[in-house]
Amino acid sequence: MRDVFTLSLIASTLRLSTPLVLAALGGLFSERSGVINIALEGKMLAGAFTAAAVTYAADTRLGLGAASPWIGLLGGMIAGLFIAVIYAVSCIKFKSDQVVSGAAINILMIGMPGLLSGAFFLSSGSTPQIPKDRLLPQSPWFIAIVILAIVAGIWYVLYKTPFGLRLRSVGENPEAADVAGVSVSRIRYSGVLLAGMLAGIGGAYLSIGQSSLFTRNMTAGRGFIALAALIFGKWRPVQTLLACLLFGFTEAVSIQMQGVFKLPSGEDIPVQFIQMVPYVLTIVVLAGFIGSSRPPRALGIPYQKEK
Amino acid sequence: MTKLARELLFPLIAVVAAFIVGGILILIVGDSPFVAYRLLLGSALSWPDGIGYTLFHATPLIFTGLAVLVGFRCGLFNIGAEGQLYIAAFATAWVGIKFANLTPWLLIPFCFVAAIMSGAFWAAIPGVLKARFGSHEVINTIMLNFIAVALISYFVQYHYKERGDPIMQTSMIGEGAHIARFGKFIPGFPERIPLNLAFLLALLCCFLVYLFLWRTKWGYEIRATGSNPYAAEYGGISIRKQIILAMAVSGALAGMVGINEVLGYRYRYYDGFSDNYGFTGIAVALLGRNHPVGVILAALLFAALQHGGIYVDGFSEHVTKDIVQVLQGIIILFVAAEAFFKWLVGRRPSFQHLRA
Repeated sequence: MRDVFTLSLIASTLRLSTPLVLAALGGLFSERSGVINIALEGKMLAGAFTAAAVTYAADTRLGLGAASPWIGLLGGMIAGLFIAVIYAVSCIKFKSDQVVSGAAINILMIGMPGLLSGAFFLSSGSTPQIPKDRLLPQSPWFIAIVILAIVAGIWYVLYKTPFGLRLRSVGENPEAADVAGVSVSRIRYSGVLLAGMLAGIGGAYLSIGQSSLFTRNMTAGRGFIALAALIFGKWRPVQTLLACLLFGFTEAVSIQMQGVFKLPSGEDIPVQFIQMVPYVLTIVVLAGFIGSSRPPRALGIPYQKEK
Repeated sequence: MTKLARELLFPLIAVVAAFIVGGILILIVGDSPFVAYRLLLGSALSWPDGIGYTLFHATPLIFTGLAVLVGFRCGLFNIGAEGQLYIAAFATAWVGIKFANLTPWLLIPFCFVAAIMSGAFWAAIPGVLKARFGSHEVINTIMLNFIAVALISYFVQYHYKERGDPIMQTSMIGEGAHIARFGKFIPGFPERIPLNLAFLLALLCCFLVYLFLWRTKWGYEIRATGSNPYAAEYGGISIRKQIILAMAVSGALAGMVGINEVLGYRYRYYDGFSDNYGFTGIAVALLGRNHPVGVILAALLFAALQHGGIYVDGFSEHVTKDIVQVLQGIIILFVAAEAFFKWLVGRRPSFQHLRA
């Protein structure tokens, strides 16, 4: 057991948590404003693909050198934003069922990267390899500082600014917020678009940070783990960060173990059971077995302004 | 406009609109939409391969479409068909392997029961969680999908894989558990096409689901819960019971995918066999307007696309079979956004002033 908790495990936990933190905190903005976000997976895929494609193009075709990954990151963010615009218009303006639209976005984004990369790079499986010195920085210190800064920033916005107050009130009681003069749909648009940008950045970090190319369906359910972390973290920034670190840790352990995890007593735990941990915890917490996790009151309900 | 025409109109508009958007994407990618669409849809009509494979691919989609439909009718969103069908397919294979020597008259019913009960069980979990604790079935079914995949992968890897087999699959089920392929009865229809009796079972299920929902007391109570839970409860219906019942029936239907896959096609459990059947089931139910007949039509459309995708991959220059997933996503977006079309129609100038 002792050799499990090495420094490299901590570093890899940080690395693996980063996309989760970004996507989950994005989801937090959206859900606290009252819009369910099961489309995080699709937005991450959009970000991951676009970031890899843009970084590659910026490096090889435009010759932008060391700036390429940052341009790729921007591309990933814009891709997430673009998908979020579609999602927001469909959910907020046309009052589509949020879960249905989210599922649609996820299905759409399973196919879209393959279609585009098949056309641009003549391989629908993946984008071309990006050289190592054209990737985002990987140092654990750098990541830790960035994550802490983001969480602190989001905490501040959510609890200490008028925008944060409006966002939370729209998610809890849109009628009251409306009467108080807050534009419910404008706040929800901001929440969903912020979520798209952050999830897009999270996806970008997967393809041009942790990896060096985009491969088919490379998020592999991380959007849903981020959603799980958001619920496990009770829709609060700091708790959500801790949940992401925990889920990143389970992923790091299951990668490091390569099959089996030895208990101190010498028994094996197959890696599949470690992979299940985030999902089981989420179900348990949602059911209220360990403290209760209560969603924002107006979550998932389109707001119909009274005429 | 008659009711039927209205029911058909929105899905039709959604499909046409999705094909237009898809066509623009194909143009951007650099191919001709007409050529791509002819490959995509035309190949489904050839005899025997096109029709055979389209009906074969439609079978799991009818099951999952019905599963999502039953949930929707109770006001529940079962995103967990994917997990339920994995659990059920493994349970089916397990019975087929464990009792391999039984006579087909016993073994096949046993396998059916395994598929149906295990699917129902896995779906009843989020049902109970919702009924007892009020936790959202969407989140729980998503989580249970991942748990199902990991759990079955563990069983296959550690207990039911043949020694030395590099592929994640179980050993073969007993021959007595095989159900007949259409090639057995239809002259000139090759037996290599895996279309089997499960397709007829799927059609039968459409009829049974119709009877259940619209002709039985239980079905009525499920629909009453779905359309207005407060009124239903006031009227003396236990909505907690309906939620669990609807989820179990939904899971049983999703579980029958295991019959098609294991007893009619591969004769073993093959890890990761599902081509997103559970999620496509959402598209099937929505496009089919949550009606069993609509589910058949929508399943045929998506099955044809799925089959055509192979030809698009092989014969077109740029477009890949990913276009199928893209079209599916756009279709659901449009179906969900019925208000979008009403908005479009509403904005059209009526030109009434010209008539004066």
